[in-house]
Amino acid sequence: MTAPTPSHQLDQLEPVLAGVARAASPDGHRIVFPERDAYHDVVAAHRSAGFEMLADLTAVDYLGHPGRTLPAGVAPERFELVVALLSVSQRRRVRVRVQVPEVDAVVPSLWDLYRGAEAMEREAFDMFGIWFTGHPDLTRILMPEDWEGHPLRKDFGVGRVPVQFKEAPGPR
Amino acid sequence: MTPEAGPGLSSETFEGSQELADRGATAPVELGREAGSVLRLPEGTGVDPSDIDVEYPDDETMIINMGPQHPSTHGVLRLMMELDGETVLRTKPIIGYLHTGMEKTGEELTYQQGATNVTRMDYLSPLNNELVFSLATEKLLGIELPPRAVWIRMLLSELQRVSSHLMWLATNGMDVGSTTMMIFGFRERELVLAFFEKTTGLRMNHNFIRPGGTAADLPDGWEDDVEAILDNVTARLASYDELLTGQPIFRERMEGVGSLSADEALALSATGPILRSTGVAWDLRRMMPYLAYDDVVFDVIVGTYGDNFDRYAIRLNEIRESVRILRQVLEKMPAGDYRVQDKKVTPPPRARIDESMEALIHHFKIFTEGFKVPEGEVYVAVESPRGELGCYIVSDGSSKPHRLHIRAPSFVNLQSLPVMMHGGLVADAVATISSVDPVMGEVDR
Repeated sequence: MTAPTPSHQLDQLEPVLAGVARAASPDGHRIVFPERDAYHDVVAAHRSAGFEMLADLTAVDYLGHPGRTLPAGVAPERFELVVALLSVSQRRRVRVRVQVPEVDAVVPSLWDLYRGAEAMEREAFDMFGIWFTGHPDLTRILMPEDWEGHPLRKDFGVGRVPVQFKEAPGPR
Repeated sequence: MTPEAGPGLSSETFEGSQELADRGATAPVELGREAGSVLRLPEGTGVDPSDIDVEYPDDETMIINMGPQHPSTHGVLRLMMELDGETVLRTKPIIGYLHTGMEKTGEELTYQQGATNVTRMDYLSPLNNELVFSLATEKLLGIELPPRAVWIRMLLSELQRVSSHLMWLATNGMDVGSTTMMIFGFRERELVLAFFEKTTGLRMNHNFIRPGGTAADLPDGWEDDVEAILDNVTARLASYDELLTGQPIFRERMEGVGSLSADEALALSATGPILRSTGVAWDLRRMMPYLAYDDVVFDVIVGTYGDNFDRYAIRLNEIRESVRILRQVLEKMPAGDYRVQDKKVTPPPRARIDESMEALIHHFKIFTEGFKVPEGEVYVAVESPRGELGCYIVSDGSSKPHRLHIRAPSFVNLQSLPVMMHGGLVADAVATISSVDPVMGEVDR
């Protein structure tokens, strides 16, 4: 097990997080809301401050959502990239939430920081159509290669099989 | 056929010997595309087209496909492997054959129905899936569970770990050629599943742990049943040691095969027995306790070399630790209610419906439109037998989640497979796949 990170490593987060909106999740973990341009730098700062693991990376399509609570200064966009970072040495979690606009849904890839981002970013690309620049192999991972559309977007319909009843009066 | 073979005809049509053009004839862009999008280096480094010929001449390597219907890939996992003779160079896991859009389905189901959906993801430890979904929902609701519900959940979660690891021992034994172990593992797992059937009504996909508590109380005499399982499993773990742990052939197949360093495991986001096998003592039950894991004594099992044998030893000994936890649960199980009596979340007791109009209304509301969950987002993680099982829920204030995401440990752990298999033999690849313990239902969701 790695030794506990000295506090000066935590201090180096402060300059990077200076202008970044923050909030606390109900379970006491910190949530940061960087701008899309600062996203990669903020994650890189966490990486060097002892957050060794990218626990989770996913996206959310907020289309049709009545309105989420965001800290002041964060303008809501249709997509949101949610990155859960984990520090094994400090037993801490941080959640990074980045607003991604509908047009030009492009974010930098975290693959150069965390190799584990590879499959997770591919999944986010496959399901939401968010493009990760710098990813080595951004292809569909769960859907067939020739699939059209991104299924977890809210405007992608749920497939249904029409049910026919024997005694039904028929279409009106 | 040489030009001299026949008069006239063949000499006109002969265009040289029909062989593959050498690698240099392929444009670098095409070569890069092939190397980048078909196979990646296990270290994840970007591929420079000019490197390929130098490192692995193409007349010596071949790309071979394994799966998705290969018996030892534990479901519909497909691997593309680049082989140099018998040695595996690069591997790319190709997944998605079992993708059924469960996260999309989760957005169509109410929180009440959601547990039936998530329980089908990791079909070898369904109760853990229900647990993490329920914990996330409860965190959004902000409700506190009665202690008995917490301890029942812990009992089931640990029994599930025992059954999942037994199943793994069985299939791993099968993969390295011990059919005896397969029969043993399934035999012991049957004991646990029989108890689950008695408790929840089903052997798998229980839908027993629900937001607000559990579906029912434990059946009468559950202490004796669990006691019998624990005694049985403990006694038989000794025979596994005899059959596998000390056996030279088994050790030869497992030791030093598929090794992974701690840095690699952390960088690749590997969790669970894979991370612990590299020497990192990371177990969410200990490091970020949920349920009542604070109140029980157990050890976190850690390996040293990160090889297949370490992963085997960790899972075997985690069964022992789970047995230890379960004995404490037997002792400390509190009395009380098995679910929170909040009329907005859990249905009222059956008897109340006959005498109270209000109870009838609550019952009707819960089963028609479900309960509403306040707006917000939450990420909750538990330690499943395979690693960190996370659940991210975004609620828009209605009775259905706006977004339901499951961080599936098998999905993430599969990324470390190419690193483990790099430089190993094809025959060992089978054992290494097994040691990752992927459950394809959870990988593809």
